[in-house]
Amino acid sequence: MGSRLRALMRKEFIQMVRDRRTLAIILVMPVMQLVLFGYAINQTVDHIATVVADASKDVRSREFIQSLANTGYFTVIGDVGDAGAARRAIDEGAARVAFVIPSEFGANTLAGRLAQVQVLIDGSDPSVAQTALLTAETLARARGIELAAAGRTASSAIDLRPTVLYNPSMQSVNFMIPGLIGLVLQTQAVLLTTFAIVRERERGTFEQLIVTPIRPMELMIGKILPYVGVAFLQVGVALAVGTFWFGVPFHGSLALLLALSLLFLLGALGIGLLISTVTSNQTQGMQLAMFTILPGVLLSGFMFPREAMPGVLQAISSLIPLTYFLQVLRGTILKGVGLEALWPQALYLAVFALAICTLSVLRFRRSLT
Amino acid sequence: MPAATVEVAELTRRFGDFTAVDALTFSVHRGEVFGFLGPNGSGKTTTIRMLCGILPPSAGVAAVLGHDVVREVDAIKRQIGYMSQRFALYDELTPRENLRFYGGVYGVSGSDLPSRVTGLLDRFDLQAAADRLCGSLPGGVRQRVAFAAAAIHQPEILFLDEPTAAVDPASRRAFWDMIYDTAAGGTTVLVTTHFMDEAEYCHRLALMSRGRLIACDSPAGIKHALGAEMMEVVCDQPARALDFLVDQPWIRSATLVGTRLHVLLRQEGTAERLRATLSAAGTPPHSVAPAAPSLEDAFVALTADAAS
Repeated sequence: MGSRLRALMRKEFIQMVRDRRTLAIILVMPVMQLVLFGYAINQTVDHIATVVADASKDVRSREFIQSLANTGYFTVIGDVGDAGAARRAIDEGAARVAFVIPSEFGANTLAGRLAQVQVLIDGSDPSVAQTALLTAETLARARGIELAAAGRTASSAIDLRPTVLYNPSMQSVNFMIPGLIGLVLQTQAVLLTTFAIVRERERGTFEQLIVTPIRPMELMIGKILPYVGVAFLQVGVALAVGTFWFGVPFHGSLALLLALSLLFLLGALGIGLLISTVTSNQTQGMQLAMFTILPGVLLSGFMFPREAMPGVLQAISSLIPLTYFLQVLRGTILKGVGLEALWPQALYLAVFALAICTLSVLRFRRSLT
Repeated sequence: MPAATVEVAELTRRFGDFTAVDALTFSVHRGEVFGFLGPNGSGKTTTIRMLCGILPPSAGVAAVLGHDVVREVDAIKRQIGYMSQRFALYDELTPRENLRFYGGVYGVSGSDLPSRVTGLLDRFDLQAAADRLCGSLPGGVRQRVAFAAAAIHQPEILFLDEPTAAVDPASRRAFWDMIYDTAAGGTTVLVTTHFMDEAEYCHRLALMSRGRLIACDSPAGIKHALGAEMMEVVCDQPARALDFLVDQPWIRSATLVGTRLHVLLRQEGTAERLRATLSAAGTPPHSVAPAAPSLEDAFVALTADAAS
């Protein structure tokens, strides 16, 4: 029995080591998972992108802004001028929180009167919104105590007027569903294309097709177009389930969302095509596809706020198309914003789709001979 | 004189340092069943792939139906059919659907297609299986469907790469009837095989060994051209006798066929000399009699010549 067992185990190890792609996944995957999960699953949200609209522009207001930054939770990225611009910054996704400080702020605090500050909070990511709200309230209370201790009346504290935008009840389902739509689409599109092509390679029908007068472009378009159709159907089903079953409100333009979905899908199908050119069987294709999907799950902002990630992961995150597509999904569905706010995301998705499709088409042509 | 449909000169293909096909020169006539015979790795498939225009040659030229295999691939692809050993069919499709698909790929027009598909299904006795999934069909039936798929556009030339390697002997025989049937209609058939008995069915044969063409003639011509006398020897311990005989300079080749020895003699060799040598080696023959060389004898002798 010992020799049979030894022979079997020996054979398994030889197979494992000889199949280079599997070996790479065996070695790299656990490390990648540990690093990604370890850093990305950091539920403490800090460095929330924040803008101010300071109409008071005096020592008092500057002191207040400084105290915001000192908490470590807010990263003040600039003074946008007025309340309208502050709202736009949040619509565009440049900031998650805006503090609008009225012109009489300085005078009021100096005179010991109640000083109003308006806070706009992006509610589309409830965990970020809750942290922002809590921190702002704590800060305002602390300022009040500070002022009281300095001999002023408690009434001269800061009167915080928070407004949670888009998702006022801060329900996590409104945050999760648009993200899930993106993730499901990406997974489907990548796997479907990979399998569709690798299956033909595996069975030998691919070689047969190459001998026919079919052109590489026809072969590629003919194989991918049906899956674009299927993926679009999936967008529709996912949106319908999200809206009618989970009750996620849809505020924006469906046409815009579908148009940008097409860009995103082209990129995902391109990834699938690329994977199919470097794999020879479906198992390898599956493994490689998961390899591309995992960073999307963890780094795109699907589950964990990008703000909470270390710089390197944020940089990687900014290369992942799903990151931008999630902003598009949440932007159109929850915020109801249009292309005027989402054009940078649209641009990236277009550039990515173009680049990945060009690359995969070139590789695909080469793989034909 | 019929025009050549395939014309090959000095065709060579290298993969790195390895020369898979080494300076082949031959031509194939219209309506011929032309076979490539050789062991695995002798360059048969590589040659076919070059002729189909899917693998560029490293050197030499090849013209298929007058079109250059490098510059006029599109013209070639429209007029040839190709069938591989793997029977490239879609398992989730029925034979009828597979034929319709390949017909579409070859641009067989819409109204013409269904009748042509039905015609092929009838001709190759596939009606009973026509609407079952290909994945559930036995090898012999799949082979006929694959052949029909390769012939759907009525190509001028059919390339069959080891079409019978994966089916039982009965199906092999039936398959050759299909090949003859198709060739009789004017289609040229180029077929690779490593079965000697199948090679006998070809009009002409290219014997290949290690990428080189070692003979190109009809099966009878190849056997005749050996120009050597063959003796069939019955003796005790034939394996030991074989070891001894292959070293004799006056013996061209010796092979074990069952319990008998097939020995090809050179000019200076005679039956008497063979008898004497065997007796001296301690394996006196029970009989030494002249016999007609088989294709296998010719193949062994010619490969031995090419190697030396």
